[in-house]
Amino acid sequence: MFRSRFDIKSQPGFGFITLFTFFALYLPIGALVVYSFNDAESLSQWGGFSGRWFVAAWQNSAVQDAAIRSLIIALWAASLATIAALMAALATTRTAPYRGQTLKYAMINQPLMVPEIVTAVALLIVFSRIKVWTGYSGLGYLVLAHTAFCIPFAYLPIRARLESMDLTLERAAADLYASRWQTFRHVTLPLLRPAVIAGFMLAFVISLDDVVITEFVKSGGQDTLPTYMLGQLRRETTPEINAIATVFLALSTVLVVIFFFINRKKQ
Amino acid sequence: MNGAEQVAIEARKQDIRSRWILSAPALIIIFVAAIGPLFVMLLYSFLVKGDYGDVKPWEFSLDGWTSVFFQRDIFDDTLGLADAHISIIWRSIQLSFFTTILTLILGFPTAYFIATRPPHTREIWVFLVTIPFWTNLLIRTFAMQQVIRNEGLLNNALIWLGIIKSPLQIIYTDTANLLGMTYVYLPLMVLPLYASIEKLDFRLVEAGYDLYATRFQVLRKIVIPLVKPGIIAGSILVFIPSLGAYVIPRVLGGGKNMMLGNLIEMQFGAGRNWPLGAAMSITLMILVMVALIVYVRNASRGGSGHV
Repeated sequence: MFRSRFDIKSQPGFGFITLFTFFALYLPIGALVVYSFNDAESLSQWGGFSGRWFVAAWQNSAVQDAAIRSLIIALWAASLATIAALMAALATTRTAPYRGQTLKYAMINQPLMVPEIVTAVALLIVFSRIKVWTGYSGLGYLVLAHTAFCIPFAYLPIRARLESMDLTLERAAADLYASRWQTFRHVTLPLLRPAVIAGFMLAFVISLDDVVITEFVKSGGQDTLPTYMLGQLRRETTPEINAIATVFLALSTVLVVIFFFINRKKQ
Repeated sequence: MNGAEQVAIEARKQDIRSRWILSAPALIIIFVAAIGPLFVMLLYSFLVKGDYGDVKPWEFSLDGWTSVFFQRDIFDDTLGLADAHISIIWRSIQLSFFTTILTLILGFPTAYFIATRPPHTREIWVFLVTIPFWTNLLIRTFAMQQVIRNEGLLNNALIWLGIIKSPLQIIYTDTANLLGMTYVYLPLMVLPLYASIEKLDFRLVEAGYDLYATRFQVLRKIVIPLVKPGIIAGSILVFIPSLGAYVIPRVLGGGKNMMLGNLIEMQFGAGRNWPLGAAMSITLMILVMVALIVYVRNASRGGSGHV
């Protein structure tokens, strides 16, 4: 009788610590969101419920510019990274090991191994030189830098999908005299679509979130939303910054939820 | 060698060649915007600093490297230890270590609890850990700042409860850095721990109880040794970004409680000493490499050590 009630899996206090962990994880974010609806001028007091800081942020031209710039960079970087990662994934999976394959893995994952601040200053050194030589100081540098660190994130889900996909359908296509391109276009790519979308979305969120590399690579007047916020934090902040953060938070949460369901349907 | 074999070898060669072409765009982008610049930075660390930032091209010197740890005395030009640099590097290592311990103390019970739920609820718990993980790091740091400010949630709650009379100075201290990093990096500890506890064979735990082990003995002698690879993976995932933290100490630590990342930035800003900044960045990379090597050695030992 005793045995049946004795739960071998439980450990004393673990449930309590878990509750505390989730409380600690969500309390600060929750408070941030609540205070974005604060009517008062400062974060020190609660002045009643209001949406005015959202309106203020929406009408702030610096915020508008930064938001649009963030989206442009993230769209470019995520698209380029997904295409490059898709090609690289096709090139590194479903084959007997060949010389250089490990080198490719190491290179593709390199941006994950080096601290961001190190990459950031290294890019500052190189790009500041190139900016002087060429006279070009547009968004290209940011797109290039973002594409590089987005590639491993786009690569991971695509590679995982390719490795678990069986070759039967593609062999069948080849038996029916489809060319390699036709096989890829009409068989492989449709099968890969969920993974490609997932990879693109991961890359998009990663690019949108980046602060450190952007802060060092950007030229004057090229603030993205995160670097704009970082600049504002040095001053006495108003709930406007909370409003921006809340919208940002909502956007990335929606993307993650979609990502979660795409992945779940696949299984 | 017959003709068919010849054809097969030729086809294989062709296949490998096309695989190189296919992976070229990704490799080139990463080389140009991630790996290549690291080599340029290595070169810069051996150059003479320019008067207004940057470097003097092709004038070599070891000054950048010596000044990571040493400084020249302004009066008699002797070399002494650069106390400021050493204390910041040491602080970064210490803070990263304590962050790892704190995330482990909170993360292990959490991961264990989640892994022992029924499968369909497990998925929801994991999802709840993933959401903060994908939330912008700056926003989470900023959220933490609002909680630990002098007029923030934590101080207000403590005053309201009557535990303290005047606000505790947490923000702009090392404690703020520690709390911020623990908060931000906690999901990085929970997720790998969960992955390894989920695979745990609970029949071994049952065997332990059959042999009259207490709950604590089961945890210490059976569960922890079996999930050690997960513990090491989580620790490394927390330790490495903590060591290179830049945004968190900048927002929460203030000017006085810099970490290595901020010290590096300073050399490229007000410090105008790019070779020193480059040498410090490489020092940081070496610290990360050391942590990774410890991880790889432990992981390979842990993999063959049991079952």
